[in-house]
Amino acid sequence: MNRKLLVLTSAAAIGFVTLAHAASRDYISIVGSSTVYPFSTVVAEKFGKSTKFKTPKIESTGSGGGMKLFCSGVGVQHPDVTNSSRRIKKSEFDQCQKNGVKGIIEVKIGYDGIAIANSKKANRMELSRKDLFLALAKQVPDPKGGETLVKNPYKTWKDVNPALPDNKIEVLGPPPTSGTRDAFAELAMEGGCKKIDWIKAMKAKDKKKYKSICHTVREDGAYIEAGENDNLIVQKLEANKNALGIFGFSFLDQNTDKVQGSLVDGVAPEFEAIAAGDYPVSRPLYFYVKKAHIGKVPGITEFLAEWNKDGTWGDEGYLTDRGLIPMPKPERDQFSVAIKEMQNLEM
Amino acid sequence: MDNSPKHTTDLVRQGLAKRYRQEARFRRMGMTAIILGLAFVSMLFISIIGNGYSAFWQTYAQLEVHLDASKIDPEGTRDSDVIADADYGGIIKQSLRDMFPDVTGRRDKRTLYRLVSNGASYDLKDFVVANPDRIGTTIQLWVPADDDIDMLMKGHFDRDKPESERRIKDNQIAWVDTFVEQNRIESRFNKTFFTAGDSRDPELAGIWGAATGSFFTLIITLLLAFPLGVATAVYLEEFAPQNKWTDVIEVNINNLAAVPSIVFGLLGLAVFINFIGMPRSAPLVGGMVLTLMTLPTIIIASRAALKSVPPSIREAALGVGASKMQMVFHHVLPLAMPGMLTGTIIGMAQALGESAPLLMIGMVAFIVDIPTGVLDPSTVLPVQIYLWADSPERAFVERTSAAIMVLLAFLIAMNALAVLLRKKFERRW
Repeated sequence: MNRKLLVLTSAAAIGFVTLAHAASRDYISIVGSSTVYPFSTVVAEKFGKSTKFKTPKIESTGSGGGMKLFCSGVGVQHPDVTNSSRRIKKSEFDQCQKNGVKGIIEVKIGYDGIAIANSKKANRMELSRKDLFLALAKQVPDPKGGETLVKNPYKTWKDVNPALPDNKIEVLGPPPTSGTRDAFAELAMEGGCKKIDWIKAMKAKDKKKYKSICHTVREDGAYIEAGENDNLIVQKLEANKNALGIFGFSFLDQNTDKVQGSLVDGVAPEFEAIAAGDYPVSRPLYFYVKKAHIGKVPGITEFLAEWNKDGTWGDEGYLTDRGLIPMPKPERDQFSVAIKEMQNLEM
Repeated sequence: MDNSPKHTTDLVRQGLAKRYRQEARFRRMGMTAIILGLAFVSMLFISIIGNGYSAFWQTYAQLEVHLDASKIDPEGTRDSDVIADADYGGIIKQSLRDMFPDVTGRRDKRTLYRLVSNGASYDLKDFVVANPDRIGTTIQLWVPADDDIDMLMKGHFDRDKPESERRIKDNQIAWVDTFVEQNRIESRFNKTFFTAGDSRDPELAGIWGAATGSFFTLIITLLLAFPLGVATAVYLEEFAPQNKWTDVIEVNINNLAAVPSIVFGLLGLAVFINFIGMPRSAPLVGGMVLTLMTLPTIIIASRAALKSVPPSIREAALGVGASKMQMVFHHVLPLAMPGMLTGTIIGMAQALGESAPLLMIGMVAFIVDIPTGVLDPSTVLPVQIYLWADSPERAFVERTSAAIMVLLAFLIAMNALAVLLRKKFERRW
């Protein structure tokens, strides 16, 4: 009998506490991209330690998952900020509007380079985006010529481009759920795909087919999905000196003694080259703020102010130590104004 | 027929050698299986301990810090709010510049500042707030070294490689060597690792936040799963009629025990968070989801424990006039309790190591503040391990292994407790 009573009272207590809790939240809730996570967490920690506010809670859900949660409505049970390694899509924006999330502030925080790296034990590779496309796409133009597609026949890098070494094509990279993979497909593979004139011409006629040719990665074992864990890819590269790996610049930066970034179109993935926009495989990183929560959840304005400092995202800010590539000054000023004036995102 | 016994013995003799061989072969196979298993386990332990033991030490550097009154408390109010607001990062930087006055140039200075942890300024702040009478004097302060320096001191970076292939540059090594010459650097027990919450600076990161989160989550799981599981088992075993319905329930419980744990996470997301509206990332929801996962384990173990109580006990109790309920609660349940507790502890140990269902309900998150209740956002030990394994900073590699060691220690302790309970209270009939 006593036990039953205990269960009932505890259940009731849980119910009450939950209801009381749902009415307010005293910490900022952030969701979104695992690529922005390492930067967002550093700012959040600094913010939590240097102000009276609690440290924001940051979930790593991936860009798409974050948008879904962010756009699901207004109210403290929904997150205040979402990180994204790509710009918000029109469909996501519409979803937001539909669910009452009207005012959104868009903030670009900087750039991230995607490195294509191999072990230091091997020679540094010099690739072009076209090489990458030919080596990794599921279907490639017939090497015999003509405007037809064939299943990717290339086995070694030398087959792709005689200037490259005679090694088996073996690339370790992120799975399709990853934003890094999206960006790689878009920037590296599509970038190379566009170099082939008749495929480029297809873009105007049949955009869907063009995209599927350019973005589909081969599935015959040459591209190995190594999971979302970039550290694991670095370890595997160390063990297999013929393999290449695809991961974010911050991991290259932390492991310069073990791996080296390949040159893409003649440019090495180095801080200065990415910042100057010379390195072709780099993408912008964003976060989005729900205006309706400013004032409801304490600390959002102050958290934005922590971002909006040269010491944070500037050329010598502490985020650069973590591998973030800062925006050029004029662009930074533009987003700085967007934060101060809380400009609404229009699409 | 008189020679038939001889015939049989002959047959036996003939086959004897073969049967011995078979037995020997079987024993060897069993032995090999055990040796292989042990080899894998010891490989796992050796690699984890080999990678992780160094995380229990942390390099500290001693700085000579001048607590300039004009910088900390220019008006001499000694008000703790004023003191706490001072720019301690700047003071730490000044003391590094004083130590190496010949370092000029923005880039070199920035590298110099990175010798000590970002946490140094908080340590200095805590010191000054606690000892305001020291303002204006020069103190010797031990602060944690930066994670890269820590890695260098622990020998994870090779000094002999060419500079371009090292994360640590020549000038940093020279500065560290100066510290070493002046006896200003030492390796200490890493208390932070056991007392702090998560941090993006490896030298400031600890598992206490995750351990507290695991504790709250498991308390909720225990409070919900144990009474529910035991009550279900008692009812099904002692009171429920044997019919189609109870058969269906039994099959379902056995099936639930085999459902992948991520499914319970999805269920928790749909019911507890989206429908009831409970907060994300809270140990309360985590505990409830893990309850769903552990319930079948507890029910099955509890029913087995009840079944093993001999019928003579029940009959004797009923024979002296006990009601059915008295028979169950006074005689059967106490005797079955050790078995039930063992099952519960094993279920709890399973829940402690679980991370997949918590992914769905938002407990895979960066949380710095130590949770103080079941509604505060928190994470758990296995999730912390996952998050650190995914961090770019090199020093997190050893911390990941160290966190695995802590988790394994908890699991071994819980399983040892289960064995102990069984040994102590087990009755044989």
